[in-house]
Amino acid sequence: MARVEVESEITGNVWKVQVSAGTEVAEGDVLIILESMKMEIPVESPVAGSVQEVLVQPEDQVEEDQLLLVIEA
Amino acid sequence: MLTKVLVANRGAIARRIIRACQALNIASVAVYSEADRDAPYLAEATEALPLRGNSAAESYLDHQQLLAAAVASGADSVHPGYGFLAENAGFAAAVIAQGMTFIGPDPHWIDQMGDKVNGRRMLAEAGMPVFAGSELIDDLAAAEAFVAKVGLPVVVKPSGGGGGIGMHVVRRPEELSGAINAAVETAQRAFASAGVFLERWIEKPRHIEFQILADLHGNAMHLYERDCSVQRRHQKLIEESPAPGFERGQLEQQAQQFSDICQGLGYNNLGTVETLFAPDGGLGFLEMNTRIQVEHGVTEEVTGIDLVATQITLAAGGQLPRQTPLQGFAMEVRLYAEDSQTLFPSTGTLTVFRPPELHGVRIETGYREGQVVTPYYDPLLAKIIARGTTREQAIGRLVVALRAFTVRGVSTNAQLLLNILQDDLFVQGQVDTGMVARILAQQNVH
Repeated sequence: MARVEVESEITGNVWKVQVSAGTEVAEGDVLIILESMKMEIPVESPVAGSVQEVLVQPEDQVEEDQLLLVIEA
Repeated sequence: MLTKVLVANRGAIARRIIRACQALNIASVAVYSEADRDAPYLAEATEALPLRGNSAAESYLDHQQLLAAAVASGADSVHPGYGFLAENAGFAAAVIAQGMTFIGPDPHWIDQMGDKVNGRRMLAEAGMPVFAGSELIDDLAAAEAFVAKVGLPVVVKPSGGGGGIGMHVVRRPEELSGAINAAVETAQRAFASAGVFLERWIEKPRHIEFQILADLHGNAMHLYERDCSVQRRHQKLIEESPAPGFERGQLEQQAQQFSDICQGLGYNNLGTVETLFAPDGGLGFLEMNTRIQVEHGVTEEVTGIDLVATQITLAAGGQLPRQTPLQGFAMEVRLYAEDSQTLFPSTGTLTVFRPPELHGVRIETGYREGQVVTPYYDPLLAKIIARGTTREQAIGRLVVALRAFTVRGVSTNAQLLLNILQDDLFVQGQVDTGMVARILAQQNVH
Protein backbone atom coordinates (compact mmCIF):
# COMPACT_ATOMS: atom_id res chain seq x y z
CA MET A 1 0.00 0.00 0.00
CA ALA A 2 1.27 3.44 -0.85
CA ARG A 3 0.18 6.77 0.49
CA VAL A 4 -0.37 9.20 -2.39
CA GLU A 5 -0.73 12.90 -1.60
CA VAL A 6 -2.78 14.97 -4.04
CA GLU A 7 -1.82 18.64 -4.10
CA SER A 8 -3.35 21.69 -5.75
CA GLU A 9 -1.62 22.86 -8.93
CA ILE A 10 -3.21 26.29 -8.65
CA THR A 11 -4.20 29.05 -6.25
CA GLY A 12 -7.95 29.38 -6.02
CA ASN A 13 -11.12 28.23 -4.26
CA VAL A 14 -12.59 24.79 -3.68
CA TRP A 15 -15.87 24.60 -5.54
CA LYS A 16 -16.88 20.96 -5.09
CA VAL A 17 -15.54 17.92 -3.25
CA GLN A 18 -16.68 14.79 -5.07
CA VAL A 19 -15.28 12.16 -2.67
CA SER A 20 -14.99 11.48 1.05
CA ALA A 21 -12.91 9.20 3.25
CA GLY A 22 -13.46 5.63 2.10
CA THR A 23 -14.48 6.42 -1.51
CA GLU A 24 -12.93 3.97 -3.97
CA VAL A 25 -11.50 5.84 -6.95
CA ALA A 26 -10.03 4.88 -10.32
CA GLU A 27 -7.13 6.69 -11.97
CA GLY A 28 -8.52 9.79 -13.71
CA ASP A 29 -11.63 10.12 -11.54
CA VAL A 30 -12.44 13.71 -10.62
CA LEU A 31 -11.83 14.13 -6.87
CA ILE A 32 -12.27 17.85 -6.35
CA ILE A 33 -13.20 20.78 -8.59
CA LEU A 34 -11.31 23.98 -7.92
CA GLU A 35 -12.10 27.43 -9.23
CA SER A 36 -9.66 30.16 -10.14
CA MET A 37 -9.80 33.08 -12.54
CA LYS A 38 -13.34 32.14 -13.59
CA MET A 39 -12.20 28.65 -14.61
CA GLU A 40 -13.21 25.31 -13.18
CA ILE A 41 -10.17 23.11 -12.67
CA PRO A 42 -10.88 19.43 -11.99
CA VAL A 43 -8.37 17.60 -9.76
CA GLU A 44 -8.13 14.03 -11.03
CA SER A 45 -6.91 11.02 -9.13
CA PRO A 46 -3.34 10.13 -10.14
CA VAL A 47 -3.90 6.49 -9.05
CA ALA A 48 -6.54 3.88 -8.32
CA GLY A 49 -7.18 3.42 -4.62
CA SER A 50 -9.20 4.43 -1.63
CA VAL A 51 -9.55 7.98 -0.31
CA GLN A 52 -8.05 8.10 3.15
CA GLU A 53 -8.48 11.70 4.13
CA VAL A 54 -9.93 14.90 2.57
CA LEU A 55 -8.32 18.06 3.92
CA VAL A 56 -10.43 20.74 2.27
CA GLN A 57 -14.10 21.64 1.99
CA PRO A 58 -16.12 23.77 -0.42
CA GLU A 59 -15.36 27.54 -0.31
CA ASP A 60 -11.89 26.94 1.18
CA GLN A 61 -9.10 29.00 -0.37
CA VAL A 62 -6.16 26.88 -1.50
CA GLU A 63 -2.61 27.77 -2.46
CA GLU A 64 -0.46 26.15 -5.13
CA ASP A 65 1.10 22.89 -3.78
CA GLN A 66 -1.32 22.77 -0.84
CA LEU A 67 -2.29 19.22 0.21
CA LEU A 68 -5.91 18.50 -0.78
CA LEU A 69 -6.38 14.83 0.01
CA VAL A 70 -4.63 11.55 0.59
CA ILE A 71 -5.25 8.30 -1.29
CA GLU A 72 -4.22 4.84 -0.20
CA ALA A 73 -3.14 3.18 -3.44
CA MET B 1 -23.37 65.23 -24.53
CA LEU B 2 -22.45 63.31 -21.41
CA THR B 3 -20.01 64.92 -18.98
CA LYS B 4 -18.94 62.23 -16.49
CA VAL B 5 -18.82 58.45 -16.95
CA LEU B 6 -18.66 55.95 -14.10
CA VAL B 7 -16.60 52.99 -15.31
CA ALA B 8 -18.19 49.88 -13.76
CA ASN B 9 -15.29 47.58 -14.55
CA ARG B 10 -11.59 46.94 -13.96
CA GLY B 11 -8.33 46.16 -15.75
CA ALA B 12 -7.70 46.60 -19.47
CA ILE B 13 -11.27 47.57 -20.37
CA ALA B 14 -11.54 50.13 -17.55
CA ARG B 15 -8.36 51.72 -18.91
CA ARG B 16 -9.72 51.63 -22.44
CA ILE B 17 -12.98 53.37 -21.42
CA ILE B 18 -11.05 56.01 -19.46
CA ARG B 19 -8.97 56.68 -22.60
CA ALA B 20 -12.12 57.08 -24.69
CA CYS B 21 -13.45 59.58 -22.13
CA GLN B 22 -10.20 61.53 -22.38
CA ALA B 23 -10.50 61.57 -26.18
CA LEU B 24 -14.03 63.00 -25.83
CA ASN B 25 -12.87 65.42 -23.13
CA ILE B 26 -15.29 64.10 -20.52
CA ALA B 27 -14.57 63.10 -16.92
CA SER B 28 -14.25 59.46 -15.82
CA VAL B 29 -14.76 57.79 -12.45
CA ALA B 30 -12.96 54.51 -11.75
CA VAL B 31 -14.03 52.02 -9.07
CA TYR B 32 -11.75 49.38 -7.58
CA SER B 33 -11.92 46.35 -5.31
CA GLU B 34 -9.41 45.87 -2.48
CA ALA B 35 -7.40 43.50 -4.70
CA ASP B 36 -7.14 46.17 -7.42
CA ARG B 37 -5.94 49.07 -5.26
CA ASP B 38 -2.56 49.15 -7.10
CA ALA B 39 -3.99 48.89 -10.62
CA PRO B 40 -2.76 51.54 -13.09
CA TYR B 41 -6.24 52.51 -14.32
CA LEU B 42 -7.02 54.27 -11.02
CA ALA B 43 -4.52 57.07 -11.59
CA GLU B 44 -5.64 57.55 -15.20
CA ALA B 45 -9.29 58.25 -14.32
CA THR B 46 -10.40 61.73 -13.23
CA GLU B 47 -11.24 60.21 -9.85
CA ALA B 48 -11.31 56.74 -8.27
CA LEU B 49 -13.66 55.35 -5.61
CA PRO B 50 -13.06 52.18 -3.58
CA LEU B 51 -15.46 49.22 -3.46
CA ARG B 52 -15.61 46.86 -0.49
CA GLY B 53 -14.57 43.26 -1.08
CA ASN B 54 -12.30 41.24 -3.33
CA SER B 55 -14.35 38.65 -5.16
CA ALA B 56 -16.32 39.74 -8.22
CA ALA B 57 -19.61 39.08 -6.39
CA GLU B 58 -18.62 41.37 -3.51
CA SER B 59 -17.29 44.19 -5.66
CA TYR B 60 -17.76 44.62 -9.44
CA LEU B 61 -21.05 42.68 -9.43
CA ASP B 62 -22.58 44.58 -6.50
CA HIS B 63 -25.26 46.82 -8.04
CA GLN B 64 -25.77 48.82 -4.85
CA GLN B 65 -22.11 49.73 -4.38
CA LEU B 66 -21.71 50.71 -8.03
CA LEU B 67 -24.88 52.81 -8.09
CA ALA B 68 -23.87 54.50 -4.83
CA ALA B 69 -20.45 55.33 -6.31
CA ALA B 70 -22.08 56.73 -9.45
CA VAL B 71 -24.40 58.95 -7.42
CA ALA B 72 -21.67 60.05 -5.00
CA SER B 73 -19.36 61.05 -7.85
CA GLY B 74 -22.03 63.03 -9.71
CA ALA B 75 -21.63 60.89 -12.85
CA ASP B 76 -24.34 61.30 -15.49
CA SER B 77 -23.66 57.93 -17.14
CA VAL B 78 -22.31 54.41 -16.55
CA HIS B 79 -20.19 52.32 -18.92
CA PRO B 80 -20.24 48.62 -17.96
CA GLY B 81 -17.37 47.43 -20.21
CA TYR B 82 -17.54 43.65 -20.84
CA GLY B 83 -18.13 40.81 -18.38
CA PHE B 84 -19.40 41.65 -14.85
CA LEU B 85 -22.66 43.65 -15.28
CA ALA B 86 -22.33 44.43 -18.99
CA GLU B 87 -25.23 42.13 -19.90
CA ASN B 88 -27.33 42.56 -16.78
CA ALA B 89 -30.63 44.17 -17.77
CA GLY B 90 -31.55 44.81 -14.12
CA PHE B 91 -28.40 46.85 -13.56
CA ALA B 92 -28.92 48.83 -16.78
CA ALA B 93 -32.50 49.59 -15.73
CA ALA B 94 -31.34 50.64 -12.24
CA VAL B 95 -28.83 53.06 -13.77
CA ILE B 96 -31.58 54.59 -15.92
CA ALA B 97 -33.96 54.74 -12.92
CA GLN B 98 -31.34 56.92 -11.17
CA GLY B 99 -31.67 59.40 -14.03
CA MET B 100 -28.34 58.43 -15.58
CA THR B 101 -27.51 57.20 -19.09
CA PHE B 102 -26.54 53.54 -19.50
CA ILE B 103 -23.85 53.32 -22.19
CA GLY B 104 -25.13 50.29 -24.06
CA PRO B 105 -28.33 49.06 -25.64
CA ASP B 106 -31.73 49.59 -24.04
CA PRO B 107 -32.25 47.09 -21.15
CA HIS B 108 -34.99 45.52 -23.29
CA TRP B 109 -32.33 44.25 -25.74
CA ILE B 110 -30.01 43.04 -22.99
CA ASP B 111 -32.92 41.07 -21.57
CA GLN B 112 -34.11 39.67 -24.92
CA MET B 113 -30.65 38.62 -26.16
CA GLY B 114 -29.41 37.51 -22.72
CA ASP B 115 -31.84 34.60 -22.88
CA LYS B 116 -30.18 32.64 -25.69
CA VAL B 117 -33.27 30.60 -26.58
CA ASN B 118 -35.33 33.77 -26.82
CA GLY B 119 -32.65 35.67 -28.79
CA ARG B 120 -32.37 32.83 -31.30
CA ARG B 121 -36.12 32.69 -31.79
CA MET B 122 -36.44 36.46 -32.17
CA LEU B 123 -33.63 36.79 -34.72
CA ALA B 124 -34.69 33.67 -36.66
CA GLU B 125 -38.14 35.23 -37.04
CA ALA B 126 -36.46 38.39 -38.35
CA GLY B 127 -34.69 36.38 -41.05
CA MET B 128 -31.42 35.33 -39.37
CA PRO B 129 -30.18 31.86 -40.45
CA VAL B 130 -29.93 29.38 -37.53
CA PHE B 131 -28.83 25.76 -37.06
CA ALA B 132 -31.28 23.30 -35.49
CA GLY B 133 -31.84 24.21 -31.83
CA SER B 134 -34.25 23.22 -29.08
CA GLU B 135 -36.45 25.24 -26.79
CA LEU B 136 -35.56 25.21 -23.07
CA ILE B 137 -35.11 21.61 -21.98
CA ASP B 138 -37.43 20.64 -19.12
CA ASP B 139 -36.54 16.98 -18.83
CA LEU B 140 -34.48 14.20 -20.37
CA ALA B 141 -37.39 13.13 -22.59
CA ALA B 142 -37.45 16.55 -24.29
CA ALA B 143 -33.69 16.32 -24.88
CA GLU B 144 -34.02 12.79 -26.27
CA ALA B 145 -36.78 13.93 -28.61
CA PHE B 146 -34.55 16.70 -29.97
CA VAL B 147 -31.67 14.26 -30.47
CA ALA B 148 -34.00 11.81 -32.24
CA LYS B 149 -34.94 14.63 -34.62
CA VAL B 150 -31.52 16.15 -35.47
CA GLY B 151 -29.11 13.32 -34.55
CA LEU B 152 -25.79 13.46 -32.69
CA PRO B 153 -23.55 15.26 -31.92
CA VAL B 154 -25.38 18.03 -30.07
CA VAL B 155 -24.18 20.63 -27.59
CA VAL B 156 -25.91 21.45 -24.28
CA LYS B 157 -25.75 25.16 -23.42
CA PRO B 158 -26.98 27.33 -20.56
CA SER B 159 -29.64 29.68 -21.91
CA GLY B 160 -28.73 32.49 -19.53
CA GLY B 161 -25.02 32.31 -20.17
CA GLY B 162 -22.24 32.98 -22.58
CA GLY B 163 -18.48 33.08 -22.78
CA GLY B 164 -18.39 29.34 -23.48
CA ILE B 165 -19.13 28.55 -19.84
CA GLY B 166 -21.12 25.39 -19.13
CA MET B 167 -21.12 24.03 -22.70
CA HIS B 168 -21.11 20.24 -23.02
CA VAL B 169 -20.78 18.35 -26.30
CA VAL B 170 -22.68 15.06 -26.51
CA ARG B 171 -21.42 12.50 -29.02
CA ARG B 172 -23.00 9.28 -27.65
CA PRO B 173 -26.61 8.79 -26.45
CA GLU B 174 -25.52 7.65 -22.96
CA GLU B 175 -23.68 10.98 -22.40
CA LEU B 176 -26.83 13.09 -22.76
CA SER B 177 -28.20 12.87 -19.23
CA GLY B 178 -24.83 13.60 -17.56
CA ALA B 179 -24.18 16.55 -19.88
CA ILE B 180 -27.56 18.10 -19.08
CA ASN B 181 -27.03 17.72 -15.33
CA ALA B 182 -23.55 19.25 -15.56
CA ALA B 183 -24.79 22.16 -17.69
CA VAL B 184 -27.71 22.84 -15.31
CA GLU B 185 -25.35 22.85 -12.33
CA THR B 186 -22.87 25.25 -13.95
CA ALA B 187 -25.69 27.45 -15.27
CA GLN B 188 -27.19 27.77 -11.81
CA ARG B 189 -23.89 28.67 -10.28
CA ALA B 190 -22.49 30.98 -12.98
CA PHE B 191 -25.67 32.61 -14.29
CA ALA B 192 -28.23 32.04 -11.47
CA SER B 193 -30.57 30.44 -14.01
CA ALA B 194 -30.88 26.70 -14.53
CA GLY B 195 -32.30 26.82 -18.09
CA VAL B 196 -30.39 24.85 -20.73
CA PHE B 197 -31.05 24.09 -24.39
CA LEU B 198 -29.59 21.92 -27.13
CA GLU B 199 -28.13 22.80 -30.50
CA ARG B 200 -26.81 20.72 -33.34
CA TRP B 201 -23.02 20.59 -32.78
CA ILE B 202 -20.95 21.62 -35.78
CA GLU B 203 -17.53 19.96 -35.96
CA LYS B 204 -14.61 22.33 -36.64
CA PRO B 205 -16.55 25.39 -37.74
CA ARG B 206 -15.27 28.92 -38.20
CA HIS B 207 -16.46 31.34 -35.54
CA ILE B 208 -17.19 34.62 -37.30
CA GLU B 209 -18.83 37.61 -35.67
CA PHE B 210 -20.17 40.84 -37.13
CA GLN B 211 -19.81 44.27 -35.50
CA ILE B 212 -23.04 46.26 -35.45
CA LEU B 213 -23.51 49.93 -34.51
CA ALA B 214 -26.93 51.55 -34.13
CA ASP B 215 -28.07 55.02 -33.14
CA LEU B 216 -31.15 56.17 -31.20
CA HIS B 217 -32.83 57.42 -34.39
CA GLY B 218 -33.52 54.09 -36.11
CA ASN B 219 -30.29 53.65 -38.11
CA ALA B 220 -27.86 50.74 -37.99
CA MET B 221 -24.60 49.91 -39.76
CA HIS B 222 -21.94 47.20 -39.68
CA LEU B 223 -18.18 47.41 -39.31
CA TYR B 224 -17.37 44.11 -41.00
CA GLU B 225 -16.46 40.87 -39.28
CA ARG B 226 -13.92 39.32 -36.94
CA ASP B 227 -12.78 35.72 -37.25
CA CYS B 228 -12.49 34.28 -33.72
CA SER B 229 -12.02 30.61 -34.60
CA VAL B 230 -8.85 30.12 -32.57
CA GLN B 231 -10.26 29.12 -29.17
CA ARG B 232 -9.46 27.05 -26.14
CA ARG B 233 -12.23 25.77 -23.84
CA HIS B 234 -14.75 27.53 -26.12
CA GLN B 235 -13.01 30.83 -25.31
CA LYS B 236 -11.21 33.04 -27.82
CA LEU B 237 -7.44 33.19 -28.02
CA ILE B 238 -6.75 34.93 -31.35
CA GLU B 239 -9.07 37.20 -33.35
CA GLU B 240 -8.58 38.85 -36.71
CA SER B 241 -10.27 41.02 -39.30
CA PRO B 242 -10.93 40.52 -42.17
CA ALA B 243 -11.70 36.78 -41.90
CA PRO B 244 -9.15 34.96 -44.09
CA GLY B 245 -10.16 33.11 -47.24
CA PHE B 246 -13.57 34.61 -47.95
CA GLU B 247 -14.86 36.30 -51.05
CA ARG B 248 -15.48 39.85 -49.74
CA GLY B 249 -18.74 40.45 -51.58
CA GLN B 250 -20.49 37.48 -49.98
CA LEU B 251 -19.30 38.31 -46.46
CA GLU B 252 -20.14 42.01 -46.69
CA GLN B 253 -23.59 41.17 -48.03
CA GLN B 254 -24.02 38.97 -44.95
CA ALA B 255 -22.85 41.81 -42.68
CA GLN B 256 -25.31 44.18 -44.34
CA GLN B 257 -28.15 41.68 -43.90
CA PHE B 258 -27.41 41.41 -40.15
CA SER B 259 -27.20 45.18 -39.81
CA ASP B 260 -30.57 45.49 -41.63
CA ILE B 261 -32.13 42.94 -39.25
CA CYS B 262 -30.89 44.95 -36.23
CA GLN B 263 -32.21 48.16 -37.78
CA GLY B 264 -35.57 46.50 -38.45
CA LEU B 265 -35.85 45.40 -34.82
CA GLY B 266 -34.91 48.87 -33.55
CA TYR B 267 -31.75 47.73 -31.77
CA ASN B 268 -29.53 50.53 -30.43
CA ASN B 269 -25.94 51.36 -29.43
CA LEU B 270 -23.48 48.58 -30.19
CA GLY B 271 -23.66 44.82 -30.50
CA THR B 272 -22.05 41.77 -32.03
CA VAL B 273 -23.78 39.07 -34.04
CA GLU B 274 -21.89 35.80 -33.44
CA THR B 275 -22.21 33.09 -36.09
CA LEU B 276 -20.71 29.74 -36.99
CA PHE B 277 -19.71 28.83 -40.54
CA ALA B 278 -19.86 25.04 -41.00
CA PRO B 279 -17.21 23.36 -43.20
CA ASP B 280 -19.97 22.67 -45.76
CA GLY B 281 -20.60 26.41 -46.07
CA GLY B 282 -23.78 26.54 -43.95
CA LEU B 283 -24.07 29.50 -41.61
CA GLY B 284 -25.96 29.72 -38.33
CA PHE B 285 -26.55 32.46 -35.76
CA LEU B 286 -25.14 31.69 -32.30
CA GLU B 287 -25.98 34.68 -30.11
CA MET B 288 -25.98 38.43 -29.99
CA ASN B 289 -23.69 40.14 -27.49
CA THR B 290 -25.18 43.42 -26.31
CA ARG B 291 -21.88 45.01 -25.26
CA ILE B 292 -18.40 45.92 -26.40
CA GLN B 293 -16.31 42.76 -27.04
CA VAL B 294 -12.87 41.99 -25.63
CA GLU B 295 -11.60 41.90 -29.24
CA HIS B 296 -13.08 45.27 -30.33
CA GLY B 297 -9.57 46.63 -30.97
CA VAL B 298 -9.22 44.44 -34.07
CA THR B 299 -12.11 46.27 -35.73
CA GLU B 300 -10.79 49.64 -34.58
CA GLU B 301 -7.45 48.93 -36.28
CA VAL B 302 -9.02 48.06 -39.67
CA THR B 303 -11.63 50.85 -39.67
CA GLY B 304 -9.97 53.68 -37.75
CA ILE B 305 -13.16 54.06 -35.71
CA ASP B 306 -12.92 54.35 -31.90
CA LEU B 307 -15.70 51.94 -30.90
CA VAL B 308 -15.75 52.86 -27.21
CA ALA B 309 -15.98 56.59 -27.90
CA THR B 310 -18.68 55.82 -30.48
CA GLN B 311 -20.66 53.88 -27.85
CA ILE B 312 -20.58 56.96 -25.62
CA THR B 313 -21.64 59.40 -28.36
CA LEU B 314 -24.40 57.04 -29.57
CA ALA B 315 -25.72 56.67 -26.00
CA ALA B 316 -25.90 60.48 -25.85
CA GLY B 317 -28.03 60.57 -29.01
CA GLY B 318 -25.21 61.16 -31.51
CA GLN B 319 -24.98 60.07 -35.16
CA LEU B 320 -23.43 56.91 -36.58
CA PRO B 321 -19.88 57.28 -37.93
CA ARG B 322 -19.39 57.20 -41.69
CA GLN B 323 -18.78 53.71 -43.16
CA THR B 324 -15.09 53.27 -43.98
CA PRO B 325 -13.43 50.73 -46.28
CA LEU B 326 -11.33 48.00 -44.62
CA GLN B 327 -7.78 49.26 -44.10
CA GLY B 328 -5.37 46.33 -44.20
CA PHE B 329 -5.36 43.50 -41.68
CA ALA B 330 -5.42 43.34 -37.89
CA MET B 331 -4.93 40.44 -35.50
CA GLU B 332 -5.09 40.17 -31.72
CA VAL B 333 -3.63 37.57 -29.35
CA ARG B 334 -4.77 37.26 -25.75
CA LEU B 335 -1.86 36.86 -23.38
CA TYR B 336 -3.24 34.91 -20.41
CA ALA B 337 -1.77 34.10 -17.02
CA GLU B 338 -2.01 30.40 -17.67
CA ASP B 339 0.39 27.61 -18.46
CA SER B 340 1.10 27.04 -22.18
CA GLN B 341 0.77 23.25 -21.83
CA THR B 342 -1.69 22.49 -19.04
CA LEU B 343 -3.70 25.74 -19.49
CA PHE B 344 -3.91 25.93 -15.67
CA PRO B 345 -4.38 29.50 -14.41
CA SER B 346 -1.37 31.04 -12.73
CA THR B 347 -1.36 33.66 -9.98
CA GLY B 348 1.46 35.64 -8.38
CA THR B 349 3.35 38.92 -8.35
CA LEU B 350 4.47 40.35 -11.70
CA THR B 351 8.13 40.76 -10.76
CA VAL B 352 8.85 41.71 -14.37
CA PHE B 353 6.15 42.99 -16.75
CA ARG B 354 7.44 44.85 -19.80
CA PRO B 355 5.09 45.33 -22.75
CA PRO B 356 7.22 46.28 -25.79
CA GLU B 357 6.64 49.43 -27.85
CA LEU B 358 6.73 48.44 -31.50
CA HIS B 359 5.58 49.98 -34.76
CA GLY B 360 2.14 48.72 -35.82
CA VAL B 361 1.53 47.03 -32.45
CA ARG B 362 -0.98 48.17 -29.82
CA ILE B 363 -1.03 46.64 -26.35
CA GLU B 364 -4.01 46.86 -24.00
CA THR B 365 -3.30 45.76 -20.44
CA GLY B 366 -4.67 46.44 -16.99
CA TYR B 367 -1.41 45.45 -15.29
CA ARG B 368 1.96 46.94 -14.47
CA GLU B 369 5.19 45.59 -13.03
CA GLY B 370 4.96 44.76 -9.33
CA GLN B 371 1.21 44.21 -9.37
CA VAL B 372 -0.33 40.96 -8.08
CA VAL B 373 -2.33 38.70 -10.40
CA THR B 374 -5.07 37.35 -8.11
CA PRO B 375 -7.42 34.35 -8.49
CA TYR B 376 -10.47 36.64 -8.22
CA TYR B 377 -10.81 37.73 -11.86
CA ASP B 378 -10.15 36.41 -15.36
CA PRO B 379 -6.60 35.50 -16.43
CA LEU B 380 -6.18 38.11 -19.19
CA LEU B 381 -2.79 39.84 -18.80
CA ALA B 382 -2.75 41.78 -22.05
CA LYS B 383 -4.22 42.02 -25.52
CA ILE B 384 -1.61 42.45 -28.23
CA ILE B 385 -3.04 43.84 -31.48
CA ALA B 386 -0.96 44.13 -34.64
CA ARG B 387 -1.80 45.86 -37.91
CA GLY B 388 -0.35 45.03 -41.30
CA THR B 389 -0.82 45.78 -44.98
CA THR B 390 -0.93 41.98 -45.32
CA ARG B 391 -2.05 39.23 -42.94
CA GLU B 392 1.52 37.87 -42.93
CA GLN B 393 2.85 41.22 -41.75
CA ALA B 394 0.34 41.33 -38.88
CA ILE B 395 1.32 37.78 -37.85
CA GLY B 396 5.03 38.67 -38.04
CA ARG B 397 4.53 41.71 -35.82
CA LEU B 398 2.68 39.62 -33.23
CA VAL B 399 5.53 37.09 -33.16
CA VAL B 400 8.04 39.89 -32.60
CA ALA B 401 5.87 41.48 -29.91
CA LEU B 402 5.32 38.21 -28.03
CA ARG B 403 9.05 37.49 -28.00
CA ALA B 404 9.83 41.01 -26.79
CA PHE B 405 7.14 41.00 -24.05
CA THR B 406 8.89 39.96 -20.82
CA VAL B 407 6.71 38.59 -18.01
CA ARG B 408 8.07 36.99 -14.84
CA GLY B 409 6.23 35.92 -11.72
CA VAL B 410 3.35 34.07 -13.38
CA SER B 411 3.19 31.48 -16.16
CA THR B 412 1.83 32.72 -19.47
CA ASN B 413 0.44 31.17 -22.64
CA ALA B 414 2.98 33.07 -24.81
CA GLN B 415 4.57 29.85 -26.10
CA LEU B 416 1.20 28.41 -27.11
CA LEU B 417 0.36 31.66 -28.94
CA LEU B 418 3.71 31.56 -30.75
CA ASN B 419 3.12 27.93 -31.74
CA ILE B 420 -0.27 28.85 -33.20
CA LEU B 421 1.04 31.93 -35.05
CA GLN B 422 3.73 29.75 -36.65
CA ASP B 423 1.47 26.81 -37.47
CA ASP B 424 1.39 26.08 -41.23
CA LEU B 425 -2.39 25.83 -41.49
CA PHE B 426 -2.86 28.98 -39.40
CA VAL B 427 -0.45 30.93 -41.57
CA GLN B 428 -2.38 29.74 -44.65
CA GLY B 429 -5.56 31.10 -43.06
CA GLN B 430 -7.06 27.65 -42.59
CA VAL B 431 -8.47 28.23 -39.13
CA ASP B 432 -11.21 26.35 -37.25
CA THR B 433 -12.32 25.99 -33.65
CA GLY B 434 -10.55 22.62 -33.29
CA MET B 435 -7.08 23.90 -34.12
CA VAL B 436 -5.87 24.75 -30.60
CA ALA B 437 -6.58 21.19 -29.43
CA ARG B 438 -4.53 19.89 -32.38
CA ILE B 439 -1.62 22.24 -31.67
CA LEU B 440 -1.68 21.43 -27.93
CA ALA B 441 -1.50 17.72 -28.76
CA GLN B 442 1.50 18.34 -31.05
CA GLN B 443 3.20 20.48 -28.38
CA ASN B 444 2.88 17.79 -25.76
CA VAL B 445 4.46 15.19 -28.04
CA HIS B 446 7.60 17.29 -28.48
